Order: sequence, then C-alpha cells, then structure tokens
Amino acid sequence: MERPTRLGLFLKGLALVLVVALVAYPLLGVIGTSFASQSDIVRSNGLVLWPDHPSLDAYRTAFTGGRVTRALLVSIGVTLTGTVCSLLATIGMAYGLSRRGIVGGRFILMTALFTMLFNAGVIPNFLLVKELGLYNTFAALVLPTMVSAFNLVVMRAFFMNLPEELYDAAKVDGAGDFRTLIRVVLPLSKAVIAVVGLFYAVAYWNAYFNALLYLGDNDKWPLPMVLRTFILQGQNLDTAAAGEAIAPQQAVQMAVLVIAVVPILLVYPFLQRFFTKGVLTGAVKG
Amino acid sequence: MTAPAPPVAAPRTPRAPRTAPAPRKSLWQRLKRDKVMLLLCLPGFLYFVVFHYVPLLGYMVAFQDYQPYLGYMHSAWTGFTNFTTAFADPDFWSATGNTLKIALVQLVLFFPVPIGLALLLNSIVSDKLRRFVQSVVYLPHFIGWVIIVSIFQQILGGAGVVPDLLESLGLPRYDMTTDPNAFPWLLALQVMWKDAGWGTIIILAALLSIDRGLYEAAAMDGAGRWSRFWHVTLPGLSPVLVLLLILNLGNILTVGFEQILLQRDAVGPGAGEVLDTYVYFHGIKDNQWGTSAAVGLVKAVIGTVLVIGANKFAHRLGHEGVYRGADR
Repeated sequence: MERPTRLGLFLKGLALVLVVALVAYPLLGVIGTSFASQSDIVRSNGLVLWPDHPSLDAYRTAFTGGRVTRALLVSIGVTLTGTVCSLLATIGMAYGLSRRGIVGGRFILMTALFTMLFNAGVIPNFLLVKELGLYNTFAALVLPTMVSAFNLVVMRAFFMNLPEELYDAAKVDGAGDFRTLIRVVLPLSKAVIAVVGLFYAVAYWNAYFNALLYLGDNDKWPLPMVLRTFILQGQNLDTAAAGEAIAPQQAVQMAVLVIAVVPILLVYPFLQRFFTKGVLTGAVKG
Repeated sequence: MTAPAPPVAAPRTPRAPRTAPAPRKSLWQRLKRDKVMLLLCLPGFLYFVVFHYVPLLGYMVAFQDYQPYLGYMHSAWTGFTNFTTAFADPDFWSATGNTLKIALVQLVLFFPVPIGLALLLNSIVSDKLRRFVQSVVYLPHFIGWVIIVSIFQQILGGAGVVPDLLESLGLPRYDMTTDPNAFPWLLALQVMWKDAGWGTIIILAALLSIDRGLYEAAAMDGAGRWSRFWHVTLPGLSPVLVLLLILNLGNILTVGFEQILLQRDAVGPGAGEVLDTYVYFHGIKDNQWGTSAAVGLVKAVIGTVLVIGANKFAHRLGHEGVYRGADR
C-alpha cells in the first residue's frame, strides 16, 4: 500500500487530539475546579484546569451538613447489595439456561428475552411498586431493575462457549449441577462476571429515576438525586456551618460531581480490557 | 421469536421443549433431573414475571377512572374515554411532535459519528495509541446523566465557559441550555459525548471481520485509498449499519427519558416535553392516572410493533437481526 500523505497524517493527528480533548477537557475541568478558589474560577470562566492555590475547602464544605455523606453511603450500599443480588440472579439464570434440553428452558429464556422488546412503562411500574409495599424503601432502588436481559444473554453466551469437555469431566468426577457451577464454571468466568458486574454496578451507581419515583423521603436519596437538586436545581446543601471558611459555590458543586465520578474512574482501568469481548458476545451473538 | 408468554400467572412447571431426546423420559423424571438448573433459574424468572409481566396488568388503569384510594378493583370502568381525552389534548400532540423531532435530530447527528470515529480508530497503526484513545472515548458511557447534564451546564450554561468565550470575542452571550429551539441539538450533543465512543465497539468489530485479502486484491487492481474505502470498507460495514439504523428507527418513540427529565424545566414543556415525560408528569405528578396510562399504552404498543417490525425487516434483508440466534 502507498504511504499516507503528510496532509492526511496531520489531519488524522488533529482529529485524534480533538476527540481526546473533547472528552478529557470537561472531566479535567471539573476536577480542577473542585480544588479552585473564587479568583481561579473568575479568571478562567468557570472551568479551572489548573488551580493556582489548590485547596480542599470545597470538599470540606461538601461533607459538612451530612447530606452528601448520607447520600454517598446510600449509593454505596445500594450499589453493593444491588450488584450482588443482580449477579447472583443473572449467574443462576444464565447457567440454568446454558445447557440444551433443560425442561422448559426455552420457555424461560423467551420470557426473559421478550422483555427486551417492551417496557411496561412508568405508571404500571409505579402502581406495582406501591402495591408490593416497596414505596419509600431501598428495595425499590434494586428490585425493579434487578436483572437485565442483555446481561443475561452476555453471560449465557459465555457459559455456552466453555468447552463441553469441562462439563463432561465434572460429571464423570461425580459433580452435580450446582457443584459444577461453583467449582468449574465460576472460576473460569471471572472476565464475564467482572464485565457484567461492572455494568450492573454502574447502573445502580448512576440511577436516579427509581429514587425520584419511589422515594418520597429526601433522607433516603442516593447521590445522583442530591446532585440533581444541588447542581441542576440550585438548592443548597444546608452546609452553612457557622464560622467556617466557605468555599465557592461552584467549587463545591464540582467537588460533589467529583465524589460521584471517582468510583467509576477507580474501577474503570481494571475492567476496561474486558469490555470489547463482553459487549460483542451480547450484541453480535444476541 | 415465539409467541409472548402470557402476562398472567406464568405456570411454575414450564412446558416441554419441542425437540425431545430420543429415549423419552417422563416429564417428572426430566424435572427431577433438571431440578438444580431450574431452581437456579427461579429467582431471575420470578423477577421477570413480577417486574415485567405483572405490570402489564396495570394497564387496566388505561380503561378506568382510576382512583388510588379505590384501587384497580373498585375504580369505575370507562372504556376508551381516556384515549379520546388524551388524543384531544394539544399537549399530547406537542409531546409527540417533540419526541419525533428529537429522535430525528439524534438519528441524523448521532448516527454517523461512531462510524467516523471507528474508522479513525481503525486507522491508527500503533496498538498502544489506539488502546489509549479507546479507553478515553469509552469512559463517558459510564458516567451518569445527572453528571453529564451538570457538566454541560457548566460549559454551555448561563455563567459557563462558552458564553464567556463568546463575550470575549465580542459576540452576544448565548445560553444553549435554556434555548427551546436548540433543545434537540443540545440533547444530541450530550448523547454524542456520552456514547459516540461506546458505539464504535460494534463497528470496529465489523471492520475487523472484513477480509484483509479484499484490500490487497483491490490495491493490486489499482484501487486508491478512497476507492478501497468505497468498494471494500463500506460494503463490509453495511450489514451492521443497516441493522443499527433499523433498530434506531424501531426505538424512535423512546428518546432519552432520564436525560430529558433533567432538562425539561430549563427549556419549558413546550420544547422539552416528550411522550415519556408527558406520562410521568400527567400521571404521577397531576394524578391523571387513566389518561397517562392510556398514552403509555399507545406508546408501548407502537414501540413494540416498531421494534419487532424492524427486527423482522433486518431478517428479511438477510441480516442476523438482534434476537435471532439467542435460542440456538
């Protein structure tokens, strides 16, 4: 093949830098601003990439008053319990449906897959949650979205692609279905469990709609709901602690944003290498 | 796709598979054999029945003058009154118009972006550099809407970076986040920021599956860069592109609910109300359970028909479709 032209290379490089900058600039700006002082913010039109006098005031302010702390704990709790419940249910179902000839397997699979086509909608779901007595409970943040058919398909495809000999060998050794799952299948499935677990965890971490619908009680709100009222609706955080140096409002807002993004930034590098494979088994093999 | 499961009281003992193994055991024996597997399925199966099929019963409300304190059983039946009320409501038609407008702008603006980005990523020779760029562009997919909307407000909103920049250039300050006319474009920009990178995954896979030999053969025949792209790359991508396009059309009535709900107040319901938010505000906020359930039902039925139709159409074109092969 002929060598690429110089102009072509230049344009490509420019496009790449632009794409990376478009993603990175807002994120770095948010992080920078959360450490900034009022003068930094005024000087740089709102998003500070490099604060002159970095300080932790904004974080101190964000955590006084207890609202952010409480929401953070709720979010962590919901994300952890939700992810564990979701994973257990998904792994069980995916494994149960991963082998041919299970009585009713096809029917159960179709019951799950068909939910990808329709959504019962806001009103019926709301009424159901009320009827079940889940209104204003944390369970309402987990149960209504516990299993995703997409994740189920991803996981089942992975189990089905494990070599048949493994199952045969386990059987010869006298392992039952359950023991095979625990001893043979799960240890080989760390990659897919990591990906699906991440998808669930991110969904729980970012969810605000279930909270908006089902939690009447502000004290139970997870972090995204507090973000919503504090940043988008401009309510304050009741953080006006007497006598303390008060950080710029904008810096506090950005600090709360950072608190909400950091967990994602922390797990992301470890799980990133599994994405492509996981997503493709789901999307292409459907 | 087989017939949908009945929404009501799905049987605990599912029916037998169509292809029975040669030495036919009795149903009871097979149930006993598979009991562990079925037990493992049970929590997930119950979840799907309770939270996806049982709520369909809640659509009864669409045919009732539902009063929460009376419940389904005692609310009066009103036939199709709720539907006629909804169709006579100008707000409903405005919401429908907004939904379609937003969907269209999103399709036109968003659809080509992941394709271009995937081609760009694919053309990076250095493995390390490509992986780095990929990690960066995938990241926003994992950031929640509340955060993304907040960031956009910080940049485009009233006191944000862009209006300040405009002012320093001697132009009038312009706040895109509160401009009703710009609302569909704002939403599309946000969707692009969040998911353009993520959308490249499937296109990159399609690019990888194109036979290298075709490129070499084309180059031998004297095809330049551009004609190789036109005659090899594009035809290789077309199945995936058609599939994505059809699916997008199938989902046309569902435009980012969570995303729009967060910003509806900033632009007002005139531009920011879509079918989903209409249902939410009229039903749960204004207690018009019946009419909004009716709207929800119409939307759900049209949406389901569109998705199934789109998938059928993809099959017809000889593509794998989305749901086929799941039960292989």
